[in-house]
Amino acid sequence: MNESILQTEQLKAFYVLDVYGTPKVVKAVNEVDLEIKENEVYGIAGESGCGKTTLLKALVGAIEPPLRLVGGRVLYHMVGDEVDIFSLDEEEKRRLRWEYVSYVPQGSMSVLNPVIKLKETYRDFIESHASKDMRADAFQIARNHIAELGLPLKILDAYPHQLSGGMRQRVTIALATLLHPRIIIADEPTTALDVVVQRGVVQLLKDIQRRLENTIVVVTHDMGVQANIADRIGIMYAGKIVEESTTERIFGNPHHPYTQYLINSLPRFGDKTTRKSVPGSPPSLVNLPSGCPFHPRCPYEMDICTEQVPSLVNRDLNHKVACWLAGEGEYGKAS
Amino acid sequence: MKVLRDLFRDYRFCFSFGVLVIILILALLSFFAPYDPTLWNVVPKDTKPSAEHILGTDSNGQDIFWQATFAVRNSLIISLIAAMVSRVVAILVGMIAGYKGGSTDRVLMFVSDSLLIIPLFLTMVMLAMLLRQHMNLVILGLMLSAFGWPWDARLIRSLILSLREREFTETAVLSGTGTVKLVLKEYLPFAMPLIFSTLINNMSWAIGLEMTLAILGLVNINIPTLGTMLNWALFYQSILLQRWWWILTPVVLALFLFIALYWLSVSISEYLDPRTRIQRVGTQ
Amino acid sequence: MEKLLEVDHLTKVFSFGSMLSRIRITAADNVSFYIKPAEIFALAGESGCGKSTTARMILGFEERTSGTILYSGKKVARSEKVWFTQGIQAIFQDPFGTFNPLRTVDRYFFETVQNYMGHRSKDVAIKLIDHHLKAVGLTYEEVSSRYPSEFSGGQLQRISIARALLTNPILLIADEPVSMVDASLRMSIVNLFKTLKEELAVSVLYITHDLATAYYVSDRIAIMFRGDIVEMGPVEKVLMDPKHSYTKLLRESIPEADPKKRWSTRVTLAELEHEEYLRVGCKFAGRCPGAKEICTCEVPPNTYVDDVLVKCHRYSGRYP
Repeated sequence: MNESILQTEQLKAFYVLDVYGTPKVVKAVNEVDLEIKENEVYGIAGESGCGKTTLLKALVGAIEPPLRLVGGRVLYHMVGDEVDIFSLDEEEKRRLRWEYVSYVPQGSMSVLNPVIKLKETYRDFIESHASKDMRADAFQIARNHIAELGLPLKILDAYPHQLSGGMRQRVTIALATLLHPRIIIADEPTTALDVVVQRGVVQLLKDIQRRLENTIVVVTHDMGVQANIADRIGIMYAGKIVEESTTERIFGNPHHPYTQYLINSLPRFGDKTTRKSVPGSPPSLVNLPSGCPFHPRCPYEMDICTEQVPSLVNRDLNHKVACWLAGEGEYGKAS
Repeated sequence: MKVLRDLFRDYRFCFSFGVLVIILILALLSFFAPYDPTLWNVVPKDTKPSAEHILGTDSNGQDIFWQATFAVRNSLIISLIAAMVSRVVAILVGMIAGYKGGSTDRVLMFVSDSLLIIPLFLTMVMLAMLLRQHMNLVILGLMLSAFGWPWDARLIRSLILSLREREFTETAVLSGTGTVKLVLKEYLPFAMPLIFSTLINNMSWAIGLEMTLAILGLVNINIPTLGTMLNWALFYQSILLQRWWWILTPVVLALFLFIALYWLSVSISEYLDPRTRIQRVGTQ
Repeated sequence: MEKLLEVDHLTKVFSFGSMLSRIRITAADNVSFYIKPAEIFALAGESGCGKSTTARMILGFEERTSGTILYSGKKVARSEKVWFTQGIQAIFQDPFGTFNPLRTVDRYFFETVQNYMGHRSKDVAIKLIDHHLKAVGLTYEEVSSRYPSEFSGGQLQRISIARALLTNPILLIADEPVSMVDASLRMSIVNLFKTLKEELAVSVLYITHDLATAYYVSDRIAIMFRGDIVEMGPVEKVLMDPKHSYTKLLRESIPEADPKKRWSTRVTLAELEHEEYLRVGCKFAGRCPGAKEICTCEVPPNTYVDDVLVKCHRYSGRYP
């Protein structure tokens, strides 16, 4: 059983906006309890607008107005110590990021400076984050790292626009992992990429995880990618985690109706029978439905679902679900 | 109206609105002026502000307050003519050059760039000297407008160039919309903040340029404008003779007008900016 | 066999760079295929393979360097916009870019009605628009006077399809319609295409890089790689029993929603943006596990194997 490395307790982060006099509160992260362990790949799956990106921002402590931390804690377990990231000042947070936890945002290929060669970007990065003795060997460190990851060395002498899209994404991931962080958080690393390139990126992430024996948190709505890369998965819906378990259990026996829909809405080879996607649309995070946020779209909606919010509880061994449907085996897959 | 209510939340808009209302009232008051502004010696010269003459009188024998109302009115007229005519030209040139591209674009931009490079001031001085006899409000306005459009034409053109590449252009084309309608209906909303702020900036610029020309005596100094008032005040050494009520009137009026116009343009263009408009759309 | 749309040796060459170092990229290289009435034809491949360029050439948004386009048997002239005959409409990849964010979406509907069907009274137009919106699962009330930012990506794509259907087209060109929509919502849009084919006899040219939905919805498929069609035929045969190495690579790289079916082999990716375009011989030779010397010298010919067109030396008879 691995040790826990990152934990959230009843985390609540809302956007408080004032658009020309009308206040809007977007409940992007609404009481999230996560426990992410060392040496694992943890996947967070959910549709656009469920609050995934905000959750990631909260995890790295990047909370700036209009986003506000309304409640809860984000704890990092480092070398036996428990540190709440929000208790650190700016300088400490900055050091924590990139050395300990590294964040690869969506569309991160654009992070590369288009007018300088890649090796310069790497050197700039090392100079601003690494210790003095590392700076002297900046180029060598970059070279070693690239070679370790199996990427060709000649790309360091290239400009970003000369590389293919997939290569740029991988270069950015390599950049994010240069200082061997203990936690890598990747926000939709494969979205908008072609299948083969996507496979290459997943391959790279798994190589890194195996080599560094660290933790990777992958956020993506693509359940196929989750199946390939994650050890454990947390399904996110409307700012809450509604199901969490190992990958095998999530796919083998999904409990929450939303998870069932997510898996069954994907087309499969060899099967041309009609499939259905999740009906309706994701709820507005400003105007959440009462009780369970999924009940307007849920085929098994009961009265209690409209009244009370189910909490995330252990139904099976390490299989947590937030749903009022009790018992097992009563409900099959959604199709 | 909801629009006005939203605008009033911006302190800059409130200030400019207030100032401009006052200036407009002044301009309208000129229609009720008891004295003819072009005559001399209508009232005793060089008297300090009093109950009868609120801002005193000048060395020409004119009541400064009523003179100022005419000055404000005429300055506004000149700048409005200058700004509006140059807007129309800038929009036409910018949109045609941007959408058509090719040789049309090159020719139009050549003309526009040439006007930008020609030294403005010398040309203005020359034109003013040539047209001095025929100079009136409209002529002066048109003269200023001839130089006010090139910069904005290029701005509008770049906007059109980028909008042409957006996918909704293709949707509109597939919906069967013709070129002219497409440019007007699809692109104009994006150009609105630009057009509006450049209109107001142009007005400011026109007033300023008119004042400059007037101080140099290159306009018809018998027509009262903010510039000509300033010219007369300097001519009669009102600073040296400490007749502050005369020189300060056009200066203070001009100052308030400039600040008001600037803040008006900034607050309205922020309101009209597509990015904030999209934000507002969600709350309506 | 009736052919609704046929393209023959359609080519597009882009050249850029300075005078000293000009690069010529053949984005679409002698692309030839046809679409039958009431059929869903998928044009699949990764980004940069030329599928979108081909679609844009058909629609007239991109000028073709060479090749012919035949619509209902008649040649389409270079300057002619083939959708002007109302028979062809298109929808695009980015649902939020398809509509002007500063205009309400219903304006496009009214414009389409006005421009294509002459002036109709507003009530007639609204009835027509409502009818087509219902076909995609929406109503006029939901759409009227709303801005694009008030809808989700999936809804906007459906609205876009409804607008395209207003003119009763017989061919719908869908350029990556679900790429920017969440994987779990793609079915609702792709199912619409099925309905269009089955109930309204509308053909769809479905351009995508997502082979899973391509398998699910299309009848025939063409796989494109760097401007060439490398394999083309009935979708069951092409995707369940791929012949070309690239098709095999694509098929294997699709992540299955099943942790027992994880990728077991490693993959090599292209490094530089344009290197594969400029290859002599078969463009895929650099990554093909079965590449032989002939592959780096000669362009492979198009061969028919069991109803499927394959562009590979393995089937040309000259493979050692």
